[in-house]
Amino acid sequence: MTMLLTLAWRSLRNRPVTSILTVAAVALSITLLLGVEQARRGMRESFTGTIKGTDLVVGARGGTLQLLLGAVFGIGSPTGSVPYSVYEQWAKHPAIKWTVPLAIGDSHRGYRVIGTTPALFEHWRYRSAGTLTFAQGRVLATANDVVLGSEVAARLGYVPGSAVTVGHGLNAVAGLGDHEAHPFTVVGILHQTFTPLDRALFVTLDGIEAMHDSGNSETGGAPVMPGAGSAPAMPGAAAPPATQGATASSYTQPANVFEDQPKALSAFLVGTKTRFETLRLQREINQYKAEPLTAVIPGVTLGELWRTLGTVEGGLRLVGALTIIVGLIGMLVALYSSLEARRREMAVLRAVGARPGMIVSLLVLESGLLTLLGCALGVAMTMAGFALAQGVIESNTGVHIAVQPPGTLEWIYIGVVLSAGVLVGLVPAWRAYRSSLADGLSPRL
Amino acid sequence: MTAPGRPGDAIAIDSLHFSYDTGPRVIDIPRLEIARGSRVFLHGPSGCGKTTLLGILAGVLQATHGAVRVLDRDLVTMRGAQRDAFRAEHIGYVFQQFNLIPYLSAYDNIALPCRLDARRRARLGNVTLDAAVRDVASQLDITGLLHQQSTALSVGQQQRVAAARALLGAPELVICDEPTSSLDTDRRNAFLDLLARSVEQAHATLLFVSHDASLGAHFDVQLSLPTLNRAARADAA
Repeated sequence: MTMLLTLAWRSLRNRPVTSILTVAAVALSITLLLGVEQARRGMRESFTGTIKGTDLVVGARGGTLQLLLGAVFGIGSPTGSVPYSVYEQWAKHPAIKWTVPLAIGDSHRGYRVIGTTPALFEHWRYRSAGTLTFAQGRVLATANDVVLGSEVAARLGYVPGSAVTVGHGLNAVAGLGDHEAHPFTVVGILHQTFTPLDRALFVTLDGIEAMHDSGNSETGGAPVMPGAGSAPAMPGAAAPPATQGATASSYTQPANVFEDQPKALSAFLVGTKTRFETLRLQREINQYKAEPLTAVIPGVTLGELWRTLGTVEGGLRLVGALTIIVGLIGMLVALYSSLEARRREMAVLRAVGARPGMIVSLLVLESGLLTLLGCALGVAMTMAGFALAQGVIESNTGVHIAVQPPGTLEWIYIGVVLSAGVLVGLVPAWRAYRSSLADGLSPRL
Repeated sequence: MTAPGRPGDAIAIDSLHFSYDTGPRVIDIPRLEIARGSRVFLHGPSGCGKTTLLGILAGVLQATHGAVRVLDRDLVTMRGAQRDAFRAEHIGYVFQQFNLIPYLSAYDNIALPCRLDARRRARLGNVTLDAAVRDVASQLDITGLLHQQSTALSVGQQQRVAAARALLGAPELVICDEPTSSLDTDRRNAFLDLLARSVEQAHATLLFVSHDASLGAHFDVQLSLPTLNRAARADAA
């Protein structure tokens, strides 16, 4: 067997061009097949891992997918706005353990600015229950504070103490329509999470409100309505204790900070006291008469997304399978057409004592080796490809795809391809077997 | 039908018939006996069934009818795999040309039969395969070529490598099918001398086939295939 393996290997090396081309064809088709699978898995893990501890995402009545993508993943804009009073009312619901308000609609140099409360940093979970941690600085305290996601800080070179002005609208051009009258100061920078949070800036709801107040002509578009006539919240400004709502959580905050609540939010995240209550609460919110709301369970809505994408993935998988077949047929052609030139070689092998079975094994080993090399190269190319494309994918789509070795499904694919490669080798092997029996020691050239 | 020949004959044929598939009979040899240790020249023009006969003697082709004994073994009753094993162990074979596996070095070509077949390897006794290869290579004066790729060798060098391979492991029967037809006269004579000496050293029987009757002088026994093979005569008529 080792002898035959050596023979097969040397024989392939003797035909370097066809061997390399065949390996490349198999490798490329494996890359396509594994790439689709890896991207699928990576995307799912990335999306599912982004929002772990949240039971419900609640927003204005609208598409569930739009709400989830807009509010949590920073893709598109949220469905509409939820009056702050409505949020306050739901936050007191007995089944609800915690809430995190989200006011989305402004940006800073292409990065989203999210108005929220410190509760976000307490309750947001990602990956396997990871909590948000600060690389530098502290949580939001005043209306002038801004906390940066890791990528924002790294790309824009901000450090605690940097001044940040916020532009109006999600695609604001720097300098145009900036709320310059209300600059923010960086107080904290989060550790990298590989979620869309890395590309966001966080300010208090008061900060959003104060910003829009000071630039009073900025209206419309943003779900956050400018507060009418209220004074800009200044740090340390003495004010009577505000209606606290959900922000009056266990979080230790100066009581007077959130005096200027905005009129509306984009959405809010909900954690329920027990998982059983989630479904009932979702129904209750969806049927709420006073205000048309939509509540989604992140996992369920993501499931809908996967089902939608399933058709596309199926198509890509089919394309992958077809390229595998094309690659293997290419190998078949290469091996089969080389046989004519190798009849002499087969006769020599027979003369020195090789049984016809050895001739069969030799050709099957050759096709097996080509396929094996193709698969190995394909796996390497897939992993290298994702390692290289990771950054580009992440900055364009916000999806962090981890480079990982093939999973069970991928190994099954590889196994099937390897078996198919060996089976393909049986075709030229059978012909070589027949002709070596018929030719004897004198191939009729 | 009695077993042909005397015990101890290298080759004994009785009423051998052979045809490819349903084609015409190409071999019809009533009787042929070759004693062990003899060096036999079998002369025949092309198309008289030389290569077919050698294929039968080497056990690659199966006789249609008749008895064939090689080294006292009845090839007709052996199964294909047994004949393959028999050939690997007992027979060295040299072709007219293109004897070598192109992607192996001269060394690996010579060692090939012993690597493919454990019993051929066992015939080397206590000698290592490497020592045996170097020994047979020095006999045939190709020591300097051992690590060349076989495609880089001249035709004459290739034929000597092929002879070395056929002789390695001292097989009892060495069959040569026109091994000198692609060599010029000087090289041919040198090759024949080397071959004769090596075969004698190995106490092997040599069956040498050629269309060139002038080579017959180098051998103990000369036979004419058209005379032996009635099918060839019928064909020629």
